[in-house]
Amino acid sequence: MTNRAAPNTGITLTDLTKSYGAVRAVRGINVTINRGETLALLGPNGAGKSTTLDMVLGLTRPDAGTVSLFGTSPRDAVKAGFVGGMLQTGQPIGYLSVRELITMMASLYPQPLAVDDALRLSGIEEIADRVTTKLSGGQTQRLRMAIALVADPELLVLDEPTAALDVEGRRDFWVAMRAVAARGKTIVFATHYLEEADAYADRIILMARGRVVADGPPTEIKARVGGRTIRATLRNATVADLGALEGVTNVEQHGETFIVTCPNSDTVLRALLARYADARDIEVRGAGLEEAFLNLTGDDDDENA
Amino acid sequence: MKSLTYIHYEILRTIRNRRFLIFSLIFPLILFLAIAGENRHVQLDGIGFPLYFMTGMASWGSMTAIVSIGGKIATERQVGWTRQLRVTPLKTSTYFTAKVLTGYMTALLSIVVLALAGTSLGVRLDATTWLTMLGLLLVGLIPFVLIGIMLGHLVSVDSLGPALGGITSLFALLGGSFGPLAKKGVLLTIVKLLPSYWLVQAGHSALLGSHVWTGEAWIVLAVWTLVMLRLTVVVYRRDTARV
Repeated sequence: MTNRAAPNTGITLTDLTKSYGAVRAVRGINVTINRGETLALLGPNGAGKSTTLDMVLGLTRPDAGTVSLFGTSPRDAVKAGFVGGMLQTGQPIGYLSVRELITMMASLYPQPLAVDDALRLSGIEEIADRVTTKLSGGQTQRLRMAIALVADPELLVLDEPTAALDVEGRRDFWVAMRAVAARGKTIVFATHYLEEADAYADRIILMARGRVVADGPPTEIKARVGGRTIRATLRNATVADLGALEGVTNVEQHGETFIVTCPNSDTVLRALLARYADARDIEVRGAGLEEAFLNLTGDDDDENA
Repeated sequence: MKSLTYIHYEILRTIRNRRFLIFSLIFPLILFLAIAGENRHVQLDGIGFPLYFMTGMASWGSMTAIVSIGGKIATERQVGWTRQLRVTPLKTSTYFTAKVLTGYMTALLSIVVLALAGTSLGVRLDATTWLTMLGLLLVGLIPFVLIGIMLGHLVSVDSLGPALGGITSLFALLGGSFGPLAKKGVLLTIVKLLPSYWLVQAGHSALLGSHVWTGEAWIVLAVWTLVMLRLTVVVYRRDTARV
């Protein structure tokens, strides 16, 4: 990870720090995001993702450190219309139709998308004449997406954009976002779903307790946090025997069922099958994200960040 | 003009918000019709009671209408819409221009409704008097625009009703919207420092002549405007630094 801005760098966060009273929300973040990149900020609740995005958007002033968006300050970038944001809150105002609200928002930007294009991309063409306050949760989320898209911004910041959506809505959302990314726009989104970050980001920054704990392409991050568990019913096995297999980090026993944790399930599974030919009910699963975060961050909660 | 589109939709939203409009207009109207209707032939110091009470209700109604800007701001803050707007190039000045225009629009409507009600009870004024009163009322509302904006950034939605209702009632009562004040004494000296006193005098210009709007009126309004402007800026900065 470098904190030196390349000439065509999109976004640079340097030593970014923010506390709310005693809560140290963000503790010194250094990140460079390239123009055109789709980046996921992945982390559990309270990791500092929203605070970081608020500082990127200029909504929150950092206690220390700086944010540079395309070589300028967040406020100036926002004023110039370079930025579109979909925040966690931001319920659309009422007494307007969907189309009217998008038209109103489009008028604020120097080079907005055509209103119809924003409606189409967000999949809300057919509800364009509905009143903004009479929409379902999913429709409201798409309207908020249209508000962000109509700006046609260089940088799109999405704070847990799919939190209110069902599986189908989530997929549609990202199909639309891919179209945006394909036009060379930079997208930064916060999520606490590893699968979502993996499926849609070029790069994942893993945050926990206000720090960046990992930064790299999804495959790499997945390998680091995506530990696997193998569950199998084994006769004549012991915790000690299984623990001795190469690459095994943890073994639990529940009667005849054993749960083996390891970073690379392929090699462990081969070794396990070689040794216990009668293994039954084998299941291989990705470890939960919370668990993975704990593995990566340990109980490290030192205050001298 | 791009900012005109934004302002256009803000005004449209206000017009479509029927419930808000009705509640803004109806209470001074009911009070006026009930009390002035009952006393339509009563004369106070040679002035017809309906005219007298119409001007009082116009001052109260327009004040309430304009302070209600605060309610809209507080609601938009609460649902996070203000934050959404802050990640757009919308200028703060355009945001407030739109809000002030919708406030003045509602205030104007309130005055017009009361003028029509007054006319129905026999109030007759020449065009110059009507226009003088209207102009002075609009000027007298300036400090209340700022009070509304300040409250909108200070008070949460659930305490807004009592805050706005209480403050406007107090100002209206002390200013003389509901009835005559003492004609001299310490209390009057104090009351004359309130912007609502002069708002009521703006109305009274229609019954006593524009000389009731004295140089003191301009000074009191200017001081209130400057002080409220300063306070509003402080409150606004504190509020937007936090969200």
